[in-house]
Amino acid sequence: MNSPIIALFHSMVSSLRDLLPIIVVIAFFQLFVLQQPLPNMIDLLVGTFFVVLGLTFFIYGLEMGLFPIGESMAYAFAKKGSVLWLLLFAFALGFGTTIAEPALIAVSNEASKVAAAAGAIGNSPQAMSSYADGLRLTVAFSVGFAIVLGVFRIIKGWPIHWFIIGGYILVDVMTGFAPEEIIGIAYDSGGVTTSTITVPLVTALGVGLASSIKGRNPMIDGFGLIAFASLTPMIFVMAYGMVI
Amino acid sequence: MLLIDRFFSILFDTVFDVLPILGILLGFQLFVLKQKIPNFKKVATGFAFVLVGLAFFLQGLEQTLFPIGRLMAEQLTHPEFIFGKEMIGEFEFSWQDYYWVYIFAFAIGFSTTIAEPSLLAVAIKAQEVSGGAIGTWGLRIAVALGVAIGISLGTFRIVTGYPIHWFIIAGYIVVVFQTFYAPRMIVPLAYDSGGVTTSTVTVPLVAALGLGLAETVPGRSALIDGFGLIAFASLFPIMSVMAYAQIAEYRSLKQQRLMAENRPDSD
Repeated sequence: MNSPIIALFHSMVSSLRDLLPIIVVIAFFQLFVLQQPLPNMIDLLVGTFFVVLGLTFFIYGLEMGLFPIGESMAYAFAKKGSVLWLLLFAFALGFGTTIAEPALIAVSNEASKVAAAAGAIGNSPQAMSSYADGLRLTVAFSVGFAIVLGVFRIIKGWPIHWFIIGGYILVDVMTGFAPEEIIGIAYDSGGVTTSTITVPLVTALGVGLASSIKGRNPMIDGFGLIAFASLTPMIFVMAYGMVI
Repeated sequence: MLLIDRFFSILFDTVFDVLPILGILLGFQLFVLKQKIPNFKKVATGFAFVLVGLAFFLQGLEQTLFPIGRLMAEQLTHPEFIFGKEMIGEFEFSWQDYYWVYIFAFAIGFSTTIAEPSLLAVAIKAQEVSGGAIGTWGLRIAVALGVAIGISLGTFRIVTGYPIHWFIIAGYIVVVFQTFYAPRMIVPLAYDSGGVTTSTVTVPLVAALGLGLAETVPGRSALIDGFGLIAFASLFPIMSVMAYAQIAEYRSLKQQRLMAENRPDSD
């Protein structure tokens, strides 16, 4: 049977289509605006092939492994009926996926430099690394808290916008009191917490939960976990900046 | 040879990043739920594909998009490119001088978001859950437009030096208003699409653009003004996705009304 190979070929074509806009943009700016030749054509071609292959494999594996495991665990927790374990799982998932996130490590190191330059902490390497570690823990904790809150909301079926609007108000108020140099970092830290592996897992968890609990609509109640995970870090990081 | 070495080191890093997640999943599955993993072979193969795929993806990006994107961000923000050759030292400039930067920010924001794997994952789920009412392409294009607008506005802010929270707070107010008028079904998905846009592909390029700008625009500091583009990129998709649903709803209402009006005539 060669049908899996045909399927893989089809998804490679669609991956290539996904990447086409980037190639067009880069080529246009490089050749027409900056008027410079493309460096290392062979390297570029090999690299582009890798990106296409990688995207294809990722999507293939997503539907085969990540989505099913996220959903089957959501069903199993719903059947078990223990809210406490479910919330513990939610916290572990949020905390565990964030603490190891490379983007977060990069941002918190950057942030410690900003804080040292602004004089909020000492300029020694120890002070900076303890500040960066503290920031990482804060963000990881806030994402764990966000997933717990989001899962609890799905169980209860509360409308999401009250949480988000409440969160926004809190962000706005805290912006007025937080030290200026932390604000940009706090706003950015909301965006960096959600990695490529976390998003599918958490989405599958939310949708799975909402479809296995009676009276919940997966469309209205299942989404929103990621929104929580990108809102709480802003609040917690500003709080961290105010305390330190 | 170097290529293969690099690939395995990235693969190793990816596996290492995923280990805590795997540990949590397995721990809860085996000790709390006390269940075997259904279709263990299939799930394990899927995980392997995800890891190898991510490693290929990252290596490819590192080899092509990131160096060239950073280089372009540097060149586009360079005073020599923007003001011509002779400008050195103190001088006046207006925000319009940076028009290529805004166009580049828009184009790169749009195109990298289309290729963002986590957005694709959410779009696949949304199509599945909504029974096809929300197509993967509709959602992805709406989000990509939001990111594009967000990032070009963000670069405008860096050039002008306006405080970031004005924009963010104004954005929040728009989002809150839209929340009450948008179809209820789209709201959670719209909130989510703010968070998923900014991961593997977009962040490194956008960060390079922001830092490059903040370093070269006179009077800006990389430390204070360089951050914040990602915040723009996660706020604007919320608005554009809700707008997408609002437009779709408006058009289908209009069509229904048209059909209702036309029916008596055609009978």
